[in-house]
Amino acid sequence: MNKRTLEENIFKILMMISISIVVGSLIIIVALVIINGGPALTLGLLTQTSSGEFYLGSGGGGILNAILGSLLLALPATGLACVIGIAIALYLQKDFTHSWVAGFIRFSLDILWGIPSIIYGVFCFLIMIYLGMSASVLVGIIALTLLEIPIITRYMDESIKLVPIGLKEGAYSLGSTKFETAVKVVPRQALPGILAGILLGLGRGIGDAASILFTAGFTNRIPSSLLDSTAALPTMIFQLSTSSLPIVRQKASATALVLLLIVFTISILSRALSKRYMKYVIK
Amino acid sequence: MSTECRIQIETKNLNVSFHDNHVLRNIDIKIPAKKLTAIIGPSGCGKTTLLKSFNRLLEIQDDVKISGQILVDGKNILAPRLDVPDIRKKMGLLSQKPYPLPMSIHDNVAYGLRIHSNKNKGEIESTVEHCLQEVGLWNEVKGRLHDPASRLSVGQQQRLCLARAIAVEPEVVLCDEPTSALDPLAAQQIEKLLLKLKKDYTVVLVTHTLRQAKRVADHVIFLYFGMVIEQGPADEFFNNPKNPETKAYLSGEIS
Repeated sequence: MNKRTLEENIFKILMMISISIVVGSLIIIVALVIINGGPALTLGLLTQTSSGEFYLGSGGGGILNAILGSLLLALPATGLACVIGIAIALYLQKDFTHSWVAGFIRFSLDILWGIPSIIYGVFCFLIMIYLGMSASVLVGIIALTLLEIPIITRYMDESIKLVPIGLKEGAYSLGSTKFETAVKVVPRQALPGILAGILLGLGRGIGDAASILFTAGFTNRIPSSLLDSTAALPTMIFQLSTSSLPIVRQKASATALVLLLIVFTISILSRALSKRYMKYVIK
Repeated sequence: MSTECRIQIETKNLNVSFHDNHVLRNIDIKIPAKKLTAIIGPSGCGKTTLLKSFNRLLEIQDDVKISGQILVDGKNILAPRLDVPDIRKKMGLLSQKPYPLPMSIHDNVAYGLRIHSNKNKGEIESTVEHCLQEVGLWNEVKGRLHDPASRLSVGQQQRLCLARAIAVEPEVVLCDEPTSALDPLAAQQIEKLLLKLKKDYTVVLVTHTLRQAKRVADHVIFLYFGMVIEQGPADEFFNNPKNPETKAYLSGEIS
């Protein structure tokens, strides 16, 4: 075997190893969650709120409060981050700003992306204390929004950047304003990438525990206003999985399974949605 | 150029540079109204840049310097504080590769109507039909108006782009090598349409095929390395060129 064929084969083997590490971890994680959490995943767990010292094993009930809490935190946060993100992403394009300004903003967003979520949590916690507020849905939403903005924005930015200049020229030459082009034409073309960004942001937001640990609090009740504290799936998993009782740790796995299922469902739904509009994309 | 001809576009000492690249130098040209003017010259000589300066499309790029004057119907469109979308609306654009909007066939034509006029639904429908008929697309698409434009063939897409351009009632149609991505039959259709359109519109056609310019042009502008070498009525330009470089280009000595 000559040197170049050998190179090629080694490279192929390396690729296969890398792929198996990723796919293998996914399979093992999902399998572990299903094996450990499956038996504890009962209708009661899904439809009842926690009662008593649920996470210590002495209370009863289920995790409905955490499921609803997670949705109440992550969905509005993702919505807010999308609105802010699309505005920034559109502004970053050459139509609106100089490329050196855009470069600086992109650099800032990349750094924000890399900041650990606990920092966002602490940051919002300090502001919350300063304003004399207590842990609540509202502060949790703000923390998650901040966490999601860089992800969603950079993803949207990259997909909007790929919109062919000829398409924009077409819209402009019909007499569109920058605003009309940015709102009515560009997002339709960039939609698959925009949706992928939103999904990624939502996934990060709904699965993050550190940023909502101090900001959203923890409670057995379903929050009745924005200023109530709330449990969420990641904080629930955190509480349950530190227990010494196997039965409680089993509930942690069941909770993780619920989280996985939610992310999976959202992912399927958005793919279906994306497919509906994909057909308009100009190649 | 005969004197009775109205001048639609005129440039005076137009200079354009990208970064430090001086693309167009001291361009002084006159484009007659309701005629087909071909801008010819080798690749990279600034034809497209010149064309896109007419509707201020160059500005969407970074770091462009434009100086001089571009008079459209006697008004300098480079003057400050002008409504740029309004300038662009007067000039339809047909690009090298057709880029329909990422919408349905119908909405591609209706888009311009919706942003510019308060036409009601019925009026929009009839204008859409009229414009699609103008470009010979109506019979091919009337049963699937709400299909994505991306499903049309490239030739059909180019005609759709022409239909959406004329829907906003421009005065000028700017064409940037509109047939270069098309097969010969589709290209022929577009050429025929351009010849038909010049009755109602001023057509400016950038092309790098001399034969196409010979077939369709009334007036020719020859650019070489960012400068206008020669311009004039097509007969005179092709049969009796004055400049040695024009002669060399026409005979194929330079390209």
